[in-house]
Parts: sequence; structure tokens; C-alpha cells
Amino acid sequence: MGDHHHGPATGVTRWLFTTNHKDIGTMYLWFSFAMFLLGGFFAMVIRAELFQPGMQLVEPAFFNQMTTLHGLVMVFGAIMPSFVGLANWLIPMMIGAPDMALPRMNNWSFWILPPAFLMLASTLFMEGGAPAFGWTFYAPLSTTYAPPSVTFFIFAIHILGVSSIMGSINIIATVMNMRAPGMTYMKMPMFVWTWLITAFLLVAVMPVLAGAVTMMLMDIHFGTSFFSAAGGGDPVLFQHIFWFFGHPEVYIIILPAFGVVSQIIPAFSRKPLFGYASMVYATASIAFLSFVVWAHHMYTVGMPVAGELFFMYATMLIAVPTGVKVFNWISTMWRGSLSFETPMLFSIGFLVLFTLGGFTGLMLSIAPADFQYHDTYFVVAHFHYVMVAGAVFSMTAAVYYWLPKWCGRMYSESMGKIHFWISFIGFNITFFPQHFVGLAGMPRRIPDYALQFADFNMMSSIGAFIYGASQLLFLYNVIATIVSGERVSDEKVWDGAEGLEWTVPTPAPYHTFEEPPLVSKPAGTF
Amino acid sequence: MASVRLSKVPAIDTALKLSGVAVVMFAFVFVVMVPLYNVLCDVLGINGKTAGSAYTAVPVMIDESREVTVQFVAIKNNEMPWGFSPDERIMRVHPGAANGTIFRATNPTTAPMVAQAIPSISPSRAAPYFHKTECFCFEQQGLAGLAAADMPLQFIVDQDLPRDIHTITLSYTLFDVTDAVTDQVATR
Repeated sequence: MGDHHHGPATGVTRWLFTTNHKDIGTMYLWFSFAMFLLGGFFAMVIRAELFQPGMQLVEPAFFNQMTTLHGLVMVFGAIMPSFVGLANWLIPMMIGAPDMALPRMNNWSFWILPPAFLMLASTLFMEGGAPAFGWTFYAPLSTTYAPPSVTFFIFAIHILGVSSIMGSINIIATVMNMRAPGMTYMKMPMFVWTWLITAFLLVAVMPVLAGAVTMMLMDIHFGTSFFSAAGGGDPVLFQHIFWFFGHPEVYIIILPAFGVVSQIIPAFSRKPLFGYASMVYATASIAFLSFVVWAHHMYTVGMPVAGELFFMYATMLIAVPTGVKVFNWISTMWRGSLSFETPMLFSIGFLVLFTLGGFTGLMLSIAPADFQYHDTYFVVAHFHYVMVAGAVFSMTAAVYYWLPKWCGRMYSESMGKIHFWISFIGFNITFFPQHFVGLAGMPRRIPDYALQFADFNMMSSIGAFIYGASQLLFLYNVIATIVSGERVSDEKVWDGAEGLEWTVPTPAPYHTFEEPPLVSKPAGTF
Repeated sequence: MASVRLSKVPAIDTALKLSGVAVVMFAFVFVVMVPLYNVLCDVLGINGKTAGSAYTAVPVMIDESREVTVQFVAIKNNEMPWGFSPDERIMRVHPGAANGTIFRATNPTTAPMVAQAIPSISPSRAAPYFHKTECFCFEQQGLAGLAAADMPLQFIVDQDLPRDIHTITLSYTLFDVTDAVTDQVATR
């Protein structure tokens, strides 16, 4: 925070040594997109194998490696870092801060990520192959029966856990300590609120994940028996610990997505967000409830009936604050002056499809019914509706919405709309049939299936190729925008956009808000 | 410049507190979650776990009015080469009465081996009412190469067993712990 202005350094050292929140945000976003393509490639291998019944392209062992790495790369490499990148770019600009609270730690949080994923991906070339026990890495599959590369997997999880924890500490410190005068908590934009709550979740549960993999490491190499029945441990304990992390984790993924659509829907409805305060409380309630529902992922392990009932009702309770949010978004659009630019299309797509995924979640929450759905493609369909149509659609909306602010150039609206419709249609062709095959009993994570599932699986695969290809169009559109997009210079790129980030020049200068602005209006007022 | 920001607390203080939270949560997994899980399993019989040490019998009335079927299942984990089977597959017992049976184990290999049997009760609701006064599962069992042994089990079904439970299945899974035991000996 010197008194003199200076631009970015030049060459590769700019990126290696940068402490600028915008540079780091950019690196996070590009890194996560690279991981998105890598994880997407794994998904294409899976869908190609499942195109027809019988063994087609890959060995079953390799198929298992693909499902495992697809899940890990998408969750930890694509979705989570993409929202951290968004937080880096936007939170300081939204609360009127010059940068993140701890810029050097910020640099470190990013730069330990690529080695972690390099290590994870390198397991593909190791003897015995990559981890093949599913992204949930249940013991004893991930301990007694794991390939030797599991140790590299554990170390990769440790590193990305440290990265996430440092990133979230930074976000909390920024939000709590760096707000401009007048920016009280209840005036903060929803995106900042959702990220603040997400960051608390991350600080609380990433260490739990680290603990779980540490126990695996000790079981494998140091003769302990946390998860080994022979030594007095219990494999079910692993599932409890994993899901104690894993359930808050799914909200870690979706809450920032809620924040993004809470910014975009008001902008293109030209109305303030309906029920701002209830949105804040709903987010906090979801975060709180996420700690007491983990065992709904493991109804079939043989829990006492009282346990099944508790976790069933607690899970259903989450539908209440989530419903509050969905109705608030709809009410925001109600009688608004709507226009349907690409970010709005993706946000509405999010709203419709995420709600669908929420309903299948409710179906899965019913303990007696879950015994039928457990580990079938119905579950796969459910979580892709909330993860892809939820998190990825909202992330895509965010890129279209803020890209003109970031680079001072407008993306191609027609290409954006084509991208949306191909994504929307491709996504539904991929995942809607999976509900049916799941209900009919097709198990997940198996490279072959019974003949009656053949038609729906072929549809699914075709949809997946369409959806996958549409992401290349997205990549092209973003690059074309940065290189040769039409220049925009309005501070407010969108006439309905509200918030401090739209008060700085376009493109956003390297340093913003070195003098804090004075905030008087509540968030999202018109 | 920091003075004109809304907050008067330095960011580093917030960051240090949060790092503390992360460290506490990491420790929480080991010092709270694992012991708590084991205690809950012992108390509630979750997963059909039974007590790991001998039950001290209290003299009680034998409930002659009802009979409970106890089934024994013997499973060998993974590639455990031993022969392992119950002497009787089914016993009919009165709640409150002391019963005994044996499991037969043979080591068909020429090398000495050590095994550990892990019990599990089904339905798990019955686990707190199944008391073992003597069990080969309390300790590791060693067998010399080509040796055989009769391994004893003494148990009492509690007379407070819910009346709707008529059958209890006691399953033992036999694990080969030879490597783990020899590793421990080697490091000592």
C-alpha cells in the first residue's frame, strides 16, 4: 500500500510473485478452467465407455480411475478454485477494499494448487494406476486395497486442503477487516455474504478431511487401525468422518453459486434483490444445518432407526431455507423489467435445474426410499443437477457477467446465447435419462450395464459429448473477447448492475479503492 | 490508511484466530470424533459391535419361558487361508442361562500365523444384550504351521432382551494379522 501507483510487473515473474488480488483471481479462474477441461475429458472417457453395453474402450480398472479422478478434479480442481478466483476478483471490489487482507498468503494459496493437481494427475502414469476407489475414497478400498499411488493422492489432498484453508482465512479476514466505511454487514452484497459463510464452513471442515486422509496414511504406512476391523478399527468410522466433511462441502460448492445468482438476477430484472435479510439468514441456516445431516449419505450402513429418522428430518429441514432462496429469486424477477442476456439465461437455467436437483435431493433424503436409490444413477443425476446445473452454470453466468468489467471488452452475445442453449439442452439430455436408469436399478461406478439400460445410456453419452463440446465454444468466446472483443468503457457495463465494483473504471484498473469509498446505500438498492 | 476502514482490528489477528480454529478442527477429528464414535458404538451397539472384554456374570434368574435362537457365522477375510467354523451352527438358549460352544480353527500352511476374530451381532439392536463371558475374539490367536485348535466361546443372552427378538446372529470375521504382529515385534 505505497503512496505511488505502479502497474503490474512484466514477464512470468508478474504471475509468480504477484500479490494483486486481480492477478491471483485471474490465475485461479484459468487454472480452474484447465481443470474443468481435464475433468471433462475424464467424463468423456466414462461416457464413451458407457455408450454401449459391454466392455468397449477401456479396462474396468481404468474406468474406475476415470470416475475417481473425474470427481476429485471437478470438485477440488474446477469448482472450488473457480469460486475462490471469483472471490479474489470481486470481494475487495465489492466491499471497497484495495486488496485481500493477506496478499502474500493469497499468492501462496494459489501457487501450491498446481503442484497438488500435477501430483494427483501424475498417479495415472504410476505403477498400479491412479486411485480407483471413487472420489469418496471409502476405506478399506482406499487403504487395504488401494494402489501404491494412494500416498500421492493423500499428499495432494493435504496440499489442496491447506490451500483452501489459507484462501478462506484470507476471505474472512478481508470481509471482517477491510470493509469501507459505511459497508455494514447487512449492506454487503449477497455474493460477499455467501462467501463469508462458505469460508467459515471451509475453515471448519477442510481440517476434518485432512484428518481423514491422515488416518488413511497412518493405516497404510504406520500400522494403525483407524479403519481396519482386524486391529479394532471400523471402516464405517471413515464414512462418518468423510461425510462430516463431505456434506458441508457440497454447500461450500453451492453457496457462492447462490451468491452469484443473487447478484445477477436483480441486475437483469432491474429490481433490488427480494428479501435480502431473509437471504442472509437462509444462507446461515443452510450452513448450520449442513453439520447435522451428514449421515444421510450412508443410510444403508446399518444405523439405528432413531439415527435414520433424525438425519432424514434434519435433511428435509434444509429444504426450507433453500426454498426461501428460490422463492426470493423468483420474487425478484416478478414484475421486473426482464432482459435475457447470457448471464441471465445461465442464472435462470441455474434456478430451474437446481430446483429440480433439490427435489431429487428431497427424494433421496427419505431414508426408506433411499435404500432403493442408494449408489444408483439416480444419485448421479441428482448431484449433477446441483453441481453442474447449480455450481457450473452459475460460475459460467458469473464469467459472462463480470468479464466485460475485468477486461473492458464485450463478449459475443450471440455466441454466449448459443453456448447457453447448447449447454442447457446437452446437460438435460445427459442427466435427465440417468434418473430413469437409476430408478430402474443401474448402479453407479460400473463400466458395464444390463441391456435394458442401453438406449438411455446412449442418449446420456450423446448429451455429454454435446455439453462437453459447448464448453470449447465458451473457451473460444472468452479468448476472443479478451483478444478482440468490442471495447466497453461504461463504468456500469449493465444498466441494471448495482454495487461498488461497477463504480470503478472499465476495465478495472490494477489497483482499485486505494482510498476507501463511502458507502451509504444498502446493497442492491436502486 | 487502515484507520479509515470500518474495522479497527488488524487483519492478522483475525487470520491467527482462524488458523487456531483450523488446528482445533484437525485435532477434533482425532481426539473427539474417533473416541466418541467408539463410545457410541459400545453403548448403543451400533454396527453390531460387542464389548471387547469379558462380561462379568451377575447371578440372575434363567428365563425358562422363552427360547432364543443363536446362529453362528464364521467368515474368513480376504485370502485368510485358515479353516474356521463353528462347532454348532445353531443353538437354542434361554435368556439368563450360561452357554458354551467352540469354534474350530486349523492352519493349513506350514508357517506359524496369528489371527484376530472380529465379532458382529445382527440385529444390532440385540448387541447390548449379548454378553460374552469368554471369547477367543478377546485376544489374537496364534497357530503353529499345520496346527489346529478349539477356540472357546461362553455367552449369556440377557433376560432383558426385547421380546420381539427371536433370533440373534453372531458373526465372526477372521483376519490374518501375522504381518502386523511380526512388524510390531520387529520394531520393539
